[in-house]
Amino acid sequence: MTRRLRHGLLVLAALVALGGAYALLVPAPQTAGAQPGQAQIDQGRALYERACISCHGANLQGAPGRGPGLVGVGDAAVYFQVSTGRMPLARAEDRGYRKVPAPEFDPDTDQGRANLAALGAYIEATGGGPEVPAETGPELIGSDVAHGGELYRLNCASCHQFTGRGGILGAGRYPPRLDVATPEQMYTAMLSGPMAMPVFGDKQLTPEEKKDIIAYVLSVRGRNQAPGGFTLGELGPTTEGLVAFVVGLVALIGVAAWIGARS
Amino acid sequence: MGLVARSLARGTANAFDRRFKAAGAVRRQASHVFPKHHSFFWGEFALYSFAVLVLSGVYLALFFVPDTTEVVYRGPFEPAQGLYMSRAYESVLALSFEVRAGLFVRQLHHWAALVFVAAMILHMARNYFTGAFRRPRELTWLGGVALLALGIFEGYLGYSMLDDLLSGLGVRIFSGLLLSVPLVGTWLHWLVFGGEFFGDIWISRFFVAHVFLVPGLLIALIGMHVGLVWFQKHTQFPGPGAREDTVVGERAMPGFASNTVANGVCVLAVLGLMAGIFQINPVFLWGPYVPSQVSTYIQPDFYAGFLIGGLRLWPRWEIHLGAYTVPAPFWVGLVLPLVMFALLAAYPFLERFSTGDRAAHQVLQRPRDNPTRTGIGAMGLVFWGILFLSGATDVLAASFDVPFELLVWAGRIGLLVLPPLAYVVVRRICVGLQRADRDVLERGVRTGVLQARPDGVYVEVRRPPGGADRQGRPIPLEYGGARVDHRPATSPEPVGEEPR
Ligand code: HEC
Ligand code: HEC
Ligand code: HEM
Repeated sequence: MTRRLRHGLLVLAALVALGGAYALLVPAPQTAGAQPGQAQIDQGRALYERACISCHGANLQGAPGRGPGLVGVGDAAVYFQVSTGRMPLARAEDRGYRKVPAPEFDPDTDQGRANLAALGAYIEATGGGPEVPAETGPELIGSDVAHGGELYRLNCASCHQFTGRGGILGAGRYPPRLDVATPEQMYTAMLSGPMAMPVFGDKQLTPEEKKDIIAYVLSVRGRNQAPGGFTLGELGPTTEGLVAFVVGLVALIGVAAWIGARS
Repeated sequence: MGLVARSLARGTANAFDRRFKAAGAVRRQASHVFPKHHSFFWGEFALYSFAVLVLSGVYLALFFVPDTTEVVYRGPFEPAQGLYMSRAYESVLALSFEVRAGLFVRQLHHWAALVFVAAMILHMARNYFTGAFRRPRELTWLGGVALLALGIFEGYLGYSMLDDLLSGLGVRIFSGLLLSVPLVGTWLHWLVFGGEFFGDIWISRFFVAHVFLVPGLLIALIGMHVGLVWFQKHTQFPGPGAREDTVVGERAMPGFASNTVANGVCVLAVLGLMAGIFQINPVFLWGPYVPSQVSTYIQPDFYAGFLIGGLRLWPRWEIHLGAYTVPAPFWVGLVLPLVMFALLAAYPFLERFSTGDRAAHQVLQRPRDNPTRTGIGAMGLVFWGILFLSGATDVLAASFDVPFELLVWAGRIGLLVLPPLAYVVVRRICVGLQRADRDVLERGVRTGVLQARPDGVYVEVRRPPGGADRQGRPIPLEYGGARVDHRPATSPEPVGEEPR
C-alpha cells in the first residue's frame, strides 16, 4: 500500500512537473530549450527515436505504410498505447492488442513510469493533444457507481458488454474485456479513443463522469458481483445454455441410467 | 404402534373403498406393467422440472410486481442506487437481494426452465428415433409438440417480463416481428402491447400469460399426454418375450413407482445444486431496460436461440407485393419456426403416408433399424443445431477468435449443405450397424483368436450365439431388432469357422 502510494506520489510529481512544463511551453515553444521540463522532453525524444521513429516518423509526422502521424494524439494516447503494451508494435503489420508492456515502459515500475512520462512530455511538447489526467490510482475512481453504471450502459456497453466482458465489432475487431485495465488506462482510453473506439472528450463525458464509469467497471469486474455463485463468465444465456445441457441434462441422463440399471 | 398404524391404514382404505368402489380400479392400475429402459425416464425429467417450475414460480409470484410504473431505486443493491426503473424490475432486485431465499428460488426457477425445455427436446428425440410416435400414439406426439412450443413461449414470457436491459432488447425484437406480419401486423401488435411499443400494459399481460394462461394450458396438455401414456401403455424395445402382443416390465407398484419417485427426487436435487452453485440471469447486472442503451452479447435463453440464429443468417431480403413490403424478419422470425413446428407435428402422418405402414406398433425400433427415419431426424437436428449455434455467433467469434462474418457465411452455407450430408452419413451408419448385427447373428461373435486351417489359411474363431450344427457350421439367428451383444466371447469355443 505504502509502496503504491509512493509510486502514485512519484507519478503525481512527474505529472505536475510535466503540466508545469507544458503550461510554460505552449505560449513560446521556441524558448522551450531553457524550461525546467526540457531534460524530460529530451529523454522522451531519445526514447521516441529509439522505439517509435521507425513507424511514426521524425517529428511525429508518420511513416507512409508503417504508422500514422502522432501530431495531436496527446500524451493520453501515448500513455494508453504504451502502458498497455500495444505500442511499440513489433512489426507494422501487427494489430495493437494488449500485451505485457516493454520492461522500460512498465507502469508498475518507477523507471517505466518515468519513461512513460518522458515520452508523453515529448509528444505533448511536439504535437499537443489530450493530456493524461493529473490524478492517479484511487483518485480516478468516482463515488457514484450507479451513475457510472448508467453512463457505462449508455456509452460503452454496446462494444464492451454489460459488465465489460468484451464483444465483437465485425471485420475481426474485438473490443477487449475490461478486466485488467487500470484506472489510468481506462481514463486515457476514453480520452484517446484507440482503434475503433470513439473519443470521449471532456464535453461528451466530464472528468467526474469518467471517474464514475471507472468506479462502475471496477465494481463489476471479475467476480466482484456474483451473489448467485459461479458467474459462468457472465456471458449471459450462451454459457447458461451450455451448462443446462452439459451439467444439468448430462447429470440427469446419468441418474436415469443408474436408476434404470437397478431393479 | 405398528399395529395401530396398520389398522388405521386399513380402516381408511376400507372407508374409501366402500364409498368409491376403488379397490378394483386401484388393484388393476397398480399392476399395470411398465417396460423398463433408462431412456423411458427422460420424459419424466421434463415432468419433474415442470413441477419445480410451478412451485418455485408460485413463490416468485408472491413478490414479483407486474407493473411498468417508473420508480427510483432505493434498495440495498449499490450499483443501482438512484436509477429509474419499472416497479417490475425493482421487485426483481428486491427478490434477488431482500426476499428470503429469493435469489435461490429465482435461480432454481430459471435453471428448471432451461432443463425443462432441454429435457423435452431430449425426450422428443428419443421418441422420434425409436418410432414411438407411430399408431396408436400420434395424439401423444402431437401433445408433445404443442408442449415444446408452449414451453418455449412460456420461458420467453417469463424471461421478458423482468424488464431488464437484456430481455428488453428481446421484447423489442418480438415487437418488430409482430409488426412485420403482413396485413394484420399492427393489429397483432396492438393485441399484445395495447398500443405503441412498449406502452405500459405489456408487463401485466405477459405476467398473466406467464403465470396463468400458459401454465394452465401446459398442465392440461401434460395431463392429457401422461394420461395417454398410461392408458395406451408404454411401448417397449424388442427383446426376449417383448412382442407386439405382450408387455415385459415391472408392475406400477412398487417397482415403477419407486423408480419414478427416485427420479423425481434426483431431478429436484440436480436443479437445486445448479441453483445453488451457478449464477443465472443476473438481471441486477444487466440494468433496467432503457431504450437508448444496448450491450454486446445479447442472447435469448437457449430454447429461443434458433430463432435469433435464423434472424442473423437470413439476408436482408424484403419482398415487395405491389404497394406492400414484407420485411425480411417475417420469413425467418415467424414463418420458419411455424414451418419447423408444422413439420414436426406432421411427421407421423408423413411417415405413414410415404411408407404405407398403417399398423399399430407397441414395439419400438432401434434407430439403426429405420435408417431413413434416423437420417431425416439427423437432418432436422443438424438444421436446428446450425440455427442454434448461429444465434451465438458473436460469443463464438470473440471466444474462438474467428471473424464474425466468416461464422455467418459458414452458417448460411452449412444450413444448405450439412443437413443433406448428415442424412446420407447417418443413413450409411445405420445400414452398417445393422449389417454388423446380422453378421454376429449369422456367423458368430468375434473372439480375436486366430486358428490355422489345414490348408494353412488363418481364420478368426467365431462363437455363434445360436450354436453350431453337427458339421460345426453356425446356426444363423433371425435378426429381430433387439440389441446384439458384440463383446468378444471371453472363452472362445472353436465352433464353426469362417474363411475370410
Ligand atoms: C512497427 C511499427 C510501430 C512502432 C515501432 C510503433 N508504432 Fe505506434 N502505431 C503503429 C501503427 C500501425 C498504428 C496504428 C494502428 C493501430 O491502431 O493499431 C500505431 C498507433 C499508435 C498510436 C495511436 C494513434 C492514434 O491516432 O490514436 C499511438 C499513440 C502510438 N502508435 C504511439 C507509439 C509510440 C509512443 C511508439 C514507441 C514507443 C510506437 N507507437 C511505436 C505502428 C508502430
Ligand atoms: C464503438 C465501440 C466502443 C465503444 C463505444 C467503447 N469502446 Fe472501449 N474499446 C473499443 C475497442 C475496439 C478497443 C480496443 C482498442 C485497441 O486495442 O487499440 C477498446 C479498448 C478499450 C480499453 C482498453 C482495454 C485494455 O484492457 O487495454 C478500455 C479501458 C476501454 N476501451 C474503455 C471504454 C469505455 C470506458 C467506454 C465508454 C465510455 C468505451 N470503451 C467505449 C471499442 C469501444
Ligand atoms: C412452465 C414452465 C415455466 C417456465 C418455462 C418459466 C420460465 C421463467 C423464466 C425463464 C423466468 C425468468 C426468471 C429469471 O430471469 O430469473 C421466469 C420468471 C418468472 N416466473 Fe416462470 N416459468 C414457468 C412457470 C411458471 C409458473 C407456473 C409460475 C407461477 C405460477 C411462474 C412465475 C414466474 C415469476 C413470478 C417470474 C418473475 C420473477 C423472477 O424471476 O425474478 N413461472 N419464468
